[in-house]
Formats: sequence, structure tokens, C-alpha cells
Amino acid sequence: MLGGRFLAPIREARGVPLWVLWAGIVITLVFIVLALFAPMISPYDFDEYRTGTGERFGKQQHPSADHPFGTNVLGTDVLARVIFGARTALEVVILAVFFSLAVGLPLGLVSGYYGGRLDRLLVLIMDSLFAFPYLLLAIVVAFLLSDKIGRGVFTAAVAISVVYIPQYFRVVRNHVISVREESYVEAARALGAKPRTVIGRYVLQNVIQNVPVIATLNAADAILTLAALGFLGYGIQPTDAAEWGYDLQRAISDAGAGIWWTGLFPGMAIVTLVTGLTLLGEGLNDVLNPVLRRRPIQAVILPERQSRLPADQVGV
Amino acid sequence: MAGTPHTTSLRTYALTRLALALPMVWILLTMVFLLMRVAPGDPISAALGGRVPAEQLQERREAAGYDRPLIVQYFEYLGEIARLDFGETIVDRRPVTKVILQNGAATLELTLVALIVALGVGISVGLISGRYRDTPLDIAGRLFGILIYAAPVFFLGFLAQIVFSQWLGWFPSSGRASPVTSFDLDTPTNLFLIDALIALDFDAFIDVLKHIVLPATTLGLVIGGVFIRLVRVNVLQTLQGDYIEAARARGLSERTVVWHHAFKNALVPVITIIGLQIALLLGGAVLTEQTFNWPGIGSELIRYLNNRDYIAIQGIITFFALLVVAISLVIDLVNAWVDPRVRY
Repeated sequence: MLGGRFLAPIREARGVPLWVLWAGIVITLVFIVLALFAPMISPYDFDEYRTGTGERFGKQQHPSADHPFGTNVLGTDVLARVIFGARTALEVVILAVFFSLAVGLPLGLVSGYYGGRLDRLLVLIMDSLFAFPYLLLAIVVAFLLSDKIGRGVFTAAVAISVVYIPQYFRVVRNHVISVREESYVEAARALGAKPRTVIGRYVLQNVIQNVPVIATLNAADAILTLAALGFLGYGIQPTDAAEWGYDLQRAISDAGAGIWWTGLFPGMAIVTLVTGLTLLGEGLNDVLNPVLRRRPIQAVILPERQSRLPADQVGV
Repeated sequence: MAGTPHTTSLRTYALTRLALALPMVWILLTMVFLLMRVAPGDPISAALGGRVPAEQLQERREAAGYDRPLIVQYFEYLGEIARLDFGETIVDRRPVTKVILQNGAATLELTLVALIVALGVGISVGLISGRYRDTPLDIAGRLFGILIYAAPVFFLGFLAQIVFSQWLGWFPSSGRASPVTSFDLDTPTNLFLIDALIALDFDAFIDVLKHIVLPATTLGLVIGGVFIRLVRVNVLQTLQGDYIEAARARGLSERTVVWHHAFKNALVPVITIIGLQIALLLGGAVLTEQTFNWPGIGSELIRYLNNRDYIAIQGIITFFALLVVAISLVIDLVNAWVDPRVRY
């Protein structure tokens, strides 16, 4: 019954929004499968540079039967790096979205519900963070963290979540403020419910509906931020995992020699995954957001009359 | 007489807005200080530790005042910023203000041309997409917007270098000018396009223009993707407005309704959007500069990051923080001037 209620908007969706949603779901699923089963799907490991017999792949080799996407400047297989890159991307993004939610959501709830001085201070801090160029913020945090704890999935995820915490905070806080004055919240308070209960049961339940859309769109953005960090050399240690942004950085110097395959495929992977997540988020938004939702006009089915008089008897 | 309350309220708004910007500046500066000075220890050891003898290190630390309590250093930092002194880099002893003026000009030139590209692409595609909602044109426009948004600027740059520089050979793929031009050209403003015009050097102008085409188009397309979405939504909203219906009811041609009533109003919020995109623009500029070897402030920031020059990083980041606040202030004032409803 519950599932039915939540899925109802999706079932009602028609036309473009539905296609957008499905395209998003399919693309995202493909990448999740790639990430989960990378060792089985990929022909080589991401840092493998020679065959079982010890023969080297060769550097910057054209795409061939053995290496459908060619090899890069390090002599590793580009296809393998693209597939394993999906794993890195999903790991970092899931962690980053989790961190940002874990900090942004409670802060937004408390700030919006209680208001007052704490709220003003938090809003000021978050607005300052939000105004700051997000990439620079992520770079600086990644730089400082890599000094302390080294580069890795965790560092990248923290650097990225610093960027998104203010966004969750804002959306949640503003929503809480509008929900706070609703009569059912007031009723709960009048019945003597503790603030914990009111926030947890009534406010959170209402606010949480926004989260899937924001989280999906932020995940798309986070993929780009991760790639940017990798491109600038502040992402993940290249020996630890395959990362598309880092591969593109190495590919830039290939461009001068007309070598296109080392950059094209990791780049395509980023574009496709980000597009998939964006379509998924947009589709969810179109389908779930009642303001944007276009419902199909339902055909009105009139109950059939019990007995119909033959035409010639009408008026007799 | 009618104008008097109007001007007063705009001035009041400006003062209130300015007063609200100050705490934000203070918080940003404090955050920069906490991040750059408290977290890593003192900047001299971070940059030069292990490379110079310990005594010399200690000498330089004391000369720079890093042996004093942090709170003293904090107030000194605030004082220096108030005098627009952003410090001197450790690795090459350049005043950060000089970095900002010289390399900042390169970034400014790049971002301005990119903004023109972004507005051109964003407004035209956004208007068409919004006007013909849910038609193949709209779907193509939206898809273009999503794809552009999904493409990292350095990937677009990579493709542009392969296609237009390697295969077609139309444009150079790196730098601001060819060696001959940069040697010959006087650069009083450091904006090479302007400098070439001042010098009336036509060849230099063409050379500089050729160099800026790929980086600016790449960056502009990415920013344009955001404009497409926002302009489209604005057109959709204005087309549903009562006054549009009223205009139609008065028998105005569809052309007049769309061009004079809908599009004009749909474009007003673009001013605000430009302001909001400044963060994206600066972040994108860092990546574009790295991709095209553009000697802007972003490239310098990365260079100093790699050299662990905390003073240079702190100075450049502080400058960015002030810039962002200043731009959002200007945008808000322009908005309040255009649209009186915005004022407090």
C-alpha cells in the first residue's frame, strides 16, 4: 500500500518525463553494474601493463582487438581504466552524498525548527560557504587533507561533501520553516509531543521527500567535482584506483600528438554517467513535484444505464 | 517629488545590503585563516621544510612573525587584508597583489569572452526551447543543455584541441599568444586583446584572438548550459502569465506577444543568474586554464598549491572570497535598481 502511494506519481507519468526517468534509470544501472562487477567485466586490471606471459602492452597503442580502447601513456588498458573508474566514481559519490546528508540534514532540521541566534549563525556560515567557488573550496580541502591523511577515496569524498553540505542545509532549512507552521505540526505540539518527536515524525517525513531529487542531482555534480579534483592532481592516488579525471589530465598532453583514445573514452564515461544521473534526477523531479507534474486527463467513464429504451419508443 | 522616496529607499537598501555583506566577509576571512594557518602549522616550514638549513628556517619564521601567538597573527592578517595587502609568495617572493593584477588580467580576459559565448548560446537555445515546449526542438535544446552540463570543461577542451587544433589546424591549443606576439606587444593593461587594439597592431590582435577562441568557447559552452536551463524555465513561466493571455486577448500577433512580452520579461532574471554563475565561472576558469596552458590566476593557484606555498594560496583564496562577495553585492544592487520589489 505504501509502495503504491509512493509509486503512484511514477505510474501516472506520461510522455517526456517518463522517458527521461527511464533513460536515467537505465544509464545509472549500467554504471552500477560496471562498478560492482568490474573485475569480471574488465579484460585487465586497471594498473595491469603486461600480459600473462610478461609481454608489455606498449604505450599509447591504437585501439585494437586486444585493447578495444587502446592503451595510455602508462601502458595500461584504457577500457579497463574506464570500467574500474566507474567503481571509484560510485564509491566516492555514495560516500560524499552520505557525508553531506549526515551533516546537512540534521543541521538544517535543527536550524529551521528552532530558529533564533543559532539559525542566523548557521545560515551566515553556510551562505558564505555556498557563495565561495565550490571547486576552489574542494581543492583547498583536498589539498589540506592530502597533507594530513594522504589522497584516497575518503579524502576526495570529504572534499566533495564540504561543497554540498550548504546545499542540503539550505533546502532542508527552508522547507522546515514552511512546514513548521503547518497545522498538523502545531497540533502535534499542542498534544504535548516533544520537539524530538515533532521533528522526527512530522517535519522530517515531510522534508525527506525532497531528498531523492537533490541527492541524485548532487551525485551528478559530485562526479564532475571528483573528475575536476583528479584532473588538477588532488583526487585519488593513481596507483590506488582508476579515476577518469586523472586519466584526462594525462590525456591532455596526448592531444598535442593527435592521440584521441586516451581522453575520449574516460571523458565519454563521465558525460554518460553525469547525463544519466541528471536525467534520473530531472525525471524524478518532473514526476514527483506536483507543481511541474502534468497528469494525463483521465477519460471519464460513465456508468452504463440499466435499461435502454429503443429509439423509437422514446417519447411514447 | 515622486522620485525622492524612490532614491532614498535604494540608498537604504544599498546600506543594509552592505552591512549584511560585512559579516560574510569576516566569516570567509576567518575560515581562510583557520584553514590555511591553523591546520598546517606555519607556512615557511610547510614550503621550505627540509630544503633549507634549520637556522635559516627559524630566521625566516621569526622575520615573518610566525613564532607569535595565532590570535596576534589573525588580527594582523585581518589588518593586512583591510590595507589590501595579500602577502608575498614564499617560493618566488612575488607580492600576491602582483599575481592578482598580472595573472588575474589573463583570467579576466578569458572569462569575459567566455561569458559572451555563454550568453549567446544560453539565451538563444533557452528561448527557442522554452517557446516550443515539448517539441523535438525543445528536446534537442534540453538534451544539448544536459550534455554540455555533463561534460567536464577539460574534456570539451580536450576534444576541441584534437579537432580544431590537431585535425583542422585552425586554432593554437595553448597559451595566450605566439612567442613573437608576446615579445613584441606592449601590455599596459595585461588584457592582450585591448593591448593589441591600443597598439593598433592588427596581426597581434588576430594572433591573440586565435589563441582565446578555443579556451573561451569551451568555458563559455559549459556556463551556457546553465543559462539554457534557466532561460527555458523563465520562458515557460512568463508564457503562462496573465499578461501574456491579456496580450493575446487584445489580438496582438503571436510574434509580438512572444518577443515583446514574454522574452523581455524572461530575460530580466538572467542578471541574477550571471551573478550566481560567478562561482562556476571561476572554478571553470581554473580547469580551462590548466587545459589550455592559460597563464591565469587559476594556473598560478595550482602551481602554488603544488609548491605548498601557503601564503600565496591564502592570498589568492582571500582575493577570491572578497571578489565573490563584491560581485554578489553589485548584482543585488543592480537587481534592486531594476526591480523595486527586491528591496527590503
